[in-house]
Amino acid sequence: MSMQRREFLKAAGAASAAAAVPGCATMGGASGKVVVVGAGYGGATAAKYIRMWSEGGIDVTVVEPNPEFISCPLSNLVIGGSKTLADITVSHENLTRRHGVKLVKDTATAIDPDKRVVKLSGGGELPYDRLILSPGVDFMWDKVPSLNNAAAQERILHAWKAGAQTVALRNQLTAMPDGGVFVISIPVAPYRCPPGPYERACQVAWYFKRAKPKSKVLILDGNGDVTSKGPLFKKAWAEEYKGLVEYRPNYVLTDVDVTTRTAKFEVQDPVKADVLNVVPPQRAGAIARAAGVVTANDRWCDVDFLTFESVKVKNIHVLGDAIQIGTGMPKSGHMANQHAKVCAAAVVALLAGQPPNPMPVLTNTCYSFITDKDVVHVCSVHQYDREKKTVLPVPGSGGVSTAMNELEGRYAFNWAKNIWADALA
Amino acid sequence: MKSLACVAAAAMLAAALPAAAQSSDPNLGRNLAATCANCHGTNGLSVGEVESLAGKPKDELVRKMMEYKSGAKPATVMHQLAKGFTDEQIQLMAAWFAVQKPAR
Repeated sequence: MSMQRREFLKAAGAASAAAAVPGCATMGGASGKVVVVGAGYGGATAAKYIRMWSEGGIDVTVVEPNPEFISCPLSNLVIGGSKTLADITVSHENLTRRHGVKLVKDTATAIDPDKRVVKLSGGGELPYDRLILSPGVDFMWDKVPSLNNAAAQERILHAWKAGAQTVALRNQLTAMPDGGVFVISIPVAPYRCPPGPYERACQVAWYFKRAKPKSKVLILDGNGDVTSKGPLFKKAWAEEYKGLVEYRPNYVLTDVDVTTRTAKFEVQDPVKADVLNVVPPQRAGAIARAAGVVTANDRWCDVDFLTFESVKVKNIHVLGDAIQIGTGMPKSGHMANQHAKVCAAAVVALLAGQPPNPMPVLTNTCYSFITDKDVVHVCSVHQYDREKKTVLPVPGSGGVSTAMNELEGRYAFNWAKNIWADALA
Repeated sequence: MKSLACVAAAAMLAAALPAAAQSSDPNLGRNLAATCANCHGTNGLSVGEVESLAGKPKDELVRKMMEYKSGAKPATVMHQLAKGFTDEQIQLMAAWFAVQKPAR
């Protein structure tokens, strides 16, 4: 595809309507090269759907250093002990076998947006017509200075990327004597998975209630109140986990003492823990910074919600937790999957010389486990607003559970099976 | 150069027809249906306990969604999600699911 034609297609793509032109045989088939960085909830879904919706016409290469997909959603059940890491691990192989996605086990280290090339740590280069970055989050260790080294991070765990850290936190809990205190520090929003820390507190309490009833869960929240499903979590702590869980708002972490497992705060006195779990402040993954697409507060990436293309750098799209979210859009795996489909539809259309869908819709459904079986949800629907050029929650839609219940526990496991398959099978 | 002319024609048509956009994009039903896949499976083929939607009659899907939307049909999440879609969008996604190959 010549440069001139590409620019022209871009101009056509920017038009506000989707009109097929009879007699133009070349309009239907999309072709070109797409590179996807990251095979998580966003990247894997985008790769699969671009292959599926272009009927194999678009060449898709995914760059992912991890050997398998390990789900963050449900990983708190591994920490609580009712599931294992194997239960939340899925192979990438069907992306290649069933969908013809090329998988490169490597890390993207730099982007040349003018030459449209991704540079890999192994020295290789991948050219692209369109690049999709789904890099997730990086931790801002400079905000917790004593944790800014590998040895400290092995002692004071985040477990906010599922995998070895998840298992290590489980092991710290099983090794902790009964009567100990588990402290979880929550960063000021926005961060990955708003209800996740509160669900984790419930799962640790579920374990303590059975195995270590003299122990305690202490939630030290950088926010002024529970950021998601507040009344439902508070009810669980007051009833299901009475006497086991204490919640304290406005605890903004400034540092830790690694040796004594003590958390330090802006205002409040330090708190010593037997197991200290720090969820650090976060920002878009490093490759987003290298690509020059970080535009919001030096942390997140603003995108055009019709295409998820960066507002700053052409032909680079950004998905998932790395984006500057619209009103009411949580940083969740479900949302990343929905970003990916809006982006996939747009990329397939644009590479076929057609304009993107002018009215994308996204949903979110997030289940949190209170016990090993009882679950509460929050859900929402987001429609594109043409005048405001953003996605907004539909008034009157969405909501939360009335109370924790086992039926939604079954639906939560169904959700996991289907979304993992939607991304990877 | 034929393709350039086609694109130019598309761009002109597009500029002239903004109001008709939503009904003229052949992929709207597909794109809307894709929002359901997280719980109901890719292309409406569920691999879990929640029902598949592929190949279900359009009328049945529309009726259920409208009952969720009105609150007539109780649910855990669907009564909250259905309210986020317009009646036209419900028609489009139901029509798309209805013509998909059902689960065996």
